Amino acid sequence: MATVVAVENLNPKVLQCEYAVRGEIVIHAQRLQQQLQTQPGSLPFDEILYCNIGNPQSLGQQPVTFFREVLALCDHPSLLEKAETTSLFSADSISRAKEILATIPGRATGAYSHSQGIKGLRDAIAAGIASRDGFPANADDIFITDGASPGVHMMMQLLIRNEKDGILCPIPQYPLYSASIALHGGTLVPYYLDESTGWGLKTSDLKQQLDDARSKGIDVRALVVINPGNPTGQVLAEENQYDIVKFCQNEGLILLADEVYQENVYVADKKFNSFKKIVRSMGYGENDFPLVSYQSVSKGYYGECGKRGGYMEITGFSAPVREQIYKIASVNLCSNITGQILASLVMNPPKPGDESYAAYQAERDGILESLARRAKAIEDAFNNLEGYSCNKAEGAMYVFPQIHLPKKAIEAAKAAGKAPDAFYALRLLESTGIVVVPGSGFGQVSKSNLS
Amino acid sequence: MARKPLDYDQLNENVKKVQYAVRGELYLRASELQKQGKKIIFTNVGNPHALGQKPLTFPRQVVALCQAPFLLDDPNVGLIFPADAIARAKHYLAMAPGGLGAYSDSRGIPGVRKEVAEFIERRDGYPSDPELIYLTDGASKGVMQILNAIIRNDRDGILVPVPQYPLYSAAISLFGGALVPYYLKEEANWGLDFVNARQSVAAARAKGITVRAMVIINPGNPTGQCLSEANIRELLRFCYEENLVLLADEVYQQNIYQDERPFISARKVLFDMGPPLSREVQLVSYHTVSKGFWGECGQRGGYFEMTNIPPKTVDEIYKVASIALSPNVPGQIFMGLMVNPPKPGDISYPRYATESKAILDSMRRRAHMMTDGFNSCRNVVCNFTEGAMYSFPQIRLPPRAIQAAKSAGKEPDVFYCLKLLEATGISTVPGSGFGQKEGVFHLRTTILPAEEDFPAIMSSFKKFNDSFMEQYEGYSRM
Repeated sequence: MATVVAVENLNPKVLQCEYAVRGEIVIHAQRLQQQLQTQPGSLPFDEILYCNIGNPQSLGQQPVTFFREVLALCDHPSLLEKAETTSLFSADSISRAKEILATIPGRATGAYSHSQGIKGLRDAIAAGIASRDGFPANADDIFITDGASPGVHMMMQLLIRNEKDGILCPIPQYPLYSASIALHGGTLVPYYLDESTGWGLKTSDLKQQLDDARSKGIDVRALVVINPGNPTGQVLAEENQYDIVKFCQNEGLILLADEVYQENVYVADKKFNSFKKIVRSMGYGENDFPLVSYQSVSKGYYGECGKRGGYMEITGFSAPVREQIYKIASVNLCSNITGQILASLVMNPPKPGDESYAAYQAERDGILESLARRAKAIEDAFNNLEGYSCNKAEGAMYVFPQIHLPKKAIEAAKAAGKAPDAFYALRLLESTGIVVVPGSGFGQVSKSNLS
Repeated sequence: MARKPLDYDQLNENVKKVQYAVRGELYLRASELQKQGKKIIFTNVGNPHALGQKPLTFPRQVVALCQAPFLLDDPNVGLIFPADAIARAKHYLAMAPGGLGAYSDSRGIPGVRKEVAEFIERRDGYPSDPELIYLTDGASKGVMQILNAIIRNDRDGILVPVPQYPLYSAAISLFGGALVPYYLKEEANWGLDFVNARQSVAAARAKGITVRAMVIINPGNPTGQCLSEANIRELLRFCYEENLVLLADEVYQQNIYQDERPFISARKVLFDMGPPLSREVQLVSYHTVSKGFWGECGQRGGYFEMTNIPPKTVDEIYKVASIALSPNVPGQIFMGLMVNPPKPGDISYPRYATESKAILDSMRRRAHMMTDGFNSCRNVVCNFTEGAMYSFPQIRLPPRAIQAAKSAGKEPDVFYCLKLLEATGISTVPGSGFGQKEGVFHLRTTILPAEEDFPAIMSSFKKFNDSFMEQYEGYSRM
């Protein structure tokens, strides 16, 4: 009897999509890790170092104490009735937890919430956005999601009708975008960041790629910008951002702004500006410019990947379209409450004068300064290695050095049936236990990069 | 020339087709009324904690300690946390290097998946492989992932019970597949009707549809019926003969309110039946921390277990799971705690057992109260809620009511539910949101309002219903 669900008859979009961040190299690394446990000493290294993914707390980064205090109290509110709690928790974490619980109907952190997220928490996020940008934000524009990624999927689902719908994506890109576009049956329209100019973005390049796609009959719906960039780390200059907004306005594109690394900026001469701020400062009002801005609790200095917290802020969409977005969100009922609470804390952390501020600031600055030092150290190290050149890591959590592979290496790779950078990455893993993602996983075609 | 940005008519049609009544029109209207100050009783979704059910103490203690591991270093921690909660927190933190803040394995923490496998083995008497158990952000995400893998195009059909929990119809719409309905028999306590199922399959195939999978919800939602072992055997034989993968939604397996048909998993029955079925019938089984007596909906903790799914398919499912990086870690810990709760002899066991029993006993009482309450109303007939969390009474709407609904531009059951909402504040979901036979109307409510509020709620409903029936059934004065 034929098996029903077999690879031959799976959804072809599932078969087509790829996600190198947890792909072949990582699966092999997990096998090697098991081998280290069952046969210690059988490999030329003692441990696997996972450098394939932005997962700070798995590599020893500590969570922000204040955030965890609040979350623990919200998880187990009966702590608030015990006298001993005041000796175990800071006073302002106790009052923040009480404040948060008061916004949750019935103080029930175990109940499904409103499908966009708890209103009080969205208010806090909106206030945080307004204070960051100097322009107001509306709680009704915010959808809290299980990490930023589900929000990306939602927009791809909404926008992509068939393979003739295209989405402009940076190359190199974080492969969530290519995977999501493939899963939803659309077409990725690449625009190339320029490695020789620090991964710069020129709107003339965007225009060229856009026109090229249109000439092939592709209806390009949106532009994805990752700022700060992943895997490239560049922080866009303000001028550049104005050009991008003008470009979208002229060409009728929705701007999907992935800003999850907004708190990871390591160079003094660059500053993060949200696209929402840019759009408003250019004079576009609430209804004038369609923009989706993504933020997450996984990155920054908080690094709370495992909590799956994030949100998208949606402005410039008509009411009927927003209803559809709400409807899709409602099928999953709501995102996890811990993640929702964390998103509100990240956007509304302790302030000067708060009891926990000093400790919070020390933790935050300690983490960010260390990240900046490590970015510089690793960039320098790669630039001093034979065959490597590495751009400055201005932001985010990655370096994306270029490796100039010798011809014989490229031939050996071909013979082994692998992309040259994947071949190198595999050899690196097997010799040292270090796990990286080959640049081909991010879309680099002719050159070899590692992340 | 500038093109207009996103317009409604340029949206993905599949998105527009999706319906999810559980948070649809009635819920939105109820929320509006609530904002205007009206007292609303939300019975539209199985959300126990929102209606006053308290969380179990032990899991909350453990997760709080895992969130704030610095507590474990404090000498006073033993004053406010029992020793077994402290030990269990250490157990989960040891399983999750990096703690709650790190992405886990995309399939979920291996140690938790092992606990799930051990639970399944204890429950069913057959070994379970942790490698084939994937934790997800709620069972719904797992349902979506599997249906997305199966549905290639609009000629792939999925057999779905009518009435059903509308996640299934929504997911099928979203992925562009075909819903192939099979009707449950209301007059036989919402029993399975294989004659009807076979007819449905034949009709679908005649239209060129390849029927790929069959969904069974046991205990049922919204219908509450609990399948017997014989029922499940027949179901599995049917899937074997018709070449279908069985998607067994078993999220309500802890919610059983009668003793004749205790819960039995599809997997157990499958293995009891032995080869060839036990080796060939493909099965995906779902569970969650949202229901049962735990009711931890907001944590978004679920899993699916795959049986007889080929390794290459499992790889593809793993690949899609990896794009989401990992399910949320606190939710995973809740799942570990649910499948591996305090045992007799543990310090926290007596409290855990008392809390659990109180909730389940109360649900059983409420299941009876609600069924009896509905059956005492004019033109209302209600099957007993054998399991799950809902009541799905049939409302026999008089012809004049149906007409009034039509004039108001509403489905008859929507019309009734809106009137019910406005008169009493009781927010339900009309049966059309779940599917029903043509011309037969229902509504779904939950059995979750607090037990002490039940008499008032049922009497409020009866008052509304009986006067509604009086209004629309009264003899015309000609």
